[in-house]
Amino acid sequence: MCGIVGLFFKNADYEQELGRLFAPMLETMCGRGPDSAGFAVYNGSAPEGWIKVSLQHPDLDYDWRKLISQIESRGNAPVHFEKKSTHAMLIVPAREEDVRAMLAELDPEVTIMSMGRRIQIMKETGTPQEVVERFDVRNMTGSHAIGHTRMATESAVSTAGSHPFSTGMDLCLVHNGSLSNHNRLRENLKKEGIEFRTENDTEVAAGYFTWRLRQGMSLEQALEAGLKDLDGFYTFAIGTAEGFAVLRDPIACKPAVMAETDDYVAMASEYRSLASLPGIENARLWEPEPGVVYSWSRA
Amino acid sequence: MKEIDLGSASVRELNSALHQAGADETVWRVLNPRGAHALAVGLDAPVTVEIAGHAGYYCAGMNQLATVVVEGNCGTGVAENMMSGLVHVKGNASQSAGATAHGGLLIIDGDASARCGISMKGVDIVVKGSVGHMSAFMGQAGNLVVCGDAGDALGDSIYEARLFVRGKVASLGADCVEKEMRPEHLGWLGAMLEQAGVSALPEEFRRYGSARNLYNFKIDHASSY
Repeated sequence: MCGIVGLFFKNADYEQELGRLFAPMLETMCGRGPDSAGFAVYNGSAPEGWIKVSLQHPDLDYDWRKLISQIESRGNAPVHFEKKSTHAMLIVPAREEDVRAMLAELDPEVTIMSMGRRIQIMKETGTPQEVVERFDVRNMTGSHAIGHTRMATESAVSTAGSHPFSTGMDLCLVHNGSLSNHNRLRENLKKEGIEFRTENDTEVAAGYFTWRLRQGMSLEQALEAGLKDLDGFYTFAIGTAEGFAVLRDPIACKPAVMAETDDYVAMASEYRSLASLPGIENARLWEPEPGVVYSWSRA
Repeated sequence: MKEIDLGSASVRELNSALHQAGADETVWRVLNPRGAHALAVGLDAPVTVEIAGHAGYYCAGMNQLATVVVEGNCGTGVAENMMSGLVHVKGNASQSAGATAHGGLLIIDGDASARCGISMKGVDIVVKGSVGHMSAFMGQAGNLVVCGDAGDALGDSIYEARLFVRGKVASLGADCVEKEMRPEHLGWLGAMLEQAGVSALPEEFRRYGSARNLYNFKIDHASSY
């Protein structure tokens, strides 16, 4: 069992409120996933030619300043940097592949959690309440966020096994359920050049969507293809630069409930996580149909 | 009327109070349910409980004799294993509404999602909207009345439950077939619709039930299993 939540503002006036409204959604899902939690937040876009990079190192006292100065010494302009618990949020004037190559060389123990113009992923082991405190979720701002609380079933409780999983620039995936064909699929995707770091089934789903998107599919097409290729139980929430999407497996083994008002669209594994949202009493509430792709975006 | 506010009281306190209700405490109102699970479960006395909002999973489970009215939606498994009494959901119900219920009446004013009436054992269920896929799966006894449409695989592996659907059926499950609407069915359905406050006529419904080829194992049908 796991819990997933998503909140997307149609009304930009709410962007300063994202963390305050999102934190209780994540915390309420503790009952469905108490061993680790994580989230992706989408806020202001990095300048043209720059990208946001979310990095993690298991040592709380890791010397991020040293790493940053090494990056800057390679001819990069000054790097924006903010430390959040075990993570560091960077904004760098570089391309995705250059950042990957540079970090692999400078310190292979630093993990890239996400890259993109808008996305920042943060995730850790611990209860959702602890994760909310560590990353100061309540003060977060942005247009949308998706989150996950994990109760591990098929792989270890670890930061790497926590969700969301990055699926490419500005994309990420959270998953409630379990996939039954992930071992075979992982082997096939490795042959396509997709790299995996864990034995986790959701990482395979993330890798699958990364592969489909690289093939040139739209997000909707990739999700439709996933309905055929991914065997098992799932409710997915997928974060994109402009919005988010939701997909349930064709027999709807895992729960999901949606709420929409003039100001926002929200989803959660259970209504309890939506109960604290403003105007929820008059929101349109429904369960997403099995095997149907739902998506929202703001241009 | 007694009021319990779940903004301050716990679900355990609510259920405990309902179980210990005195003979004169017959009407209860539950405020701020906020989707909490297991509200008003295991009741075994003729009390009336009004839940002022949305309920979570397993609301009114194992109900006997009591009337539970939910003024909103319900999560998974409302009135699961109900024995008797009435559960009335004024909004929509999630999956497995009325699962394994032996008796009583479950009325859902909106839609019910997948597996409504799964393994029903004698309950009567009236859904004024539509039901999702695999509804009445392995239904053993009782009646499922659907005023809207039914999703895929209605009545899969059904035993002796009776199904009445007014709208379209996406597909029938294994061993579920359409059956003739005889006068006794029209009579029963007319009375049930009236009791549930539905204005539709029984003649607008079709009846479905078991072809009885699957649940009695016959070696001739081995290939069907």
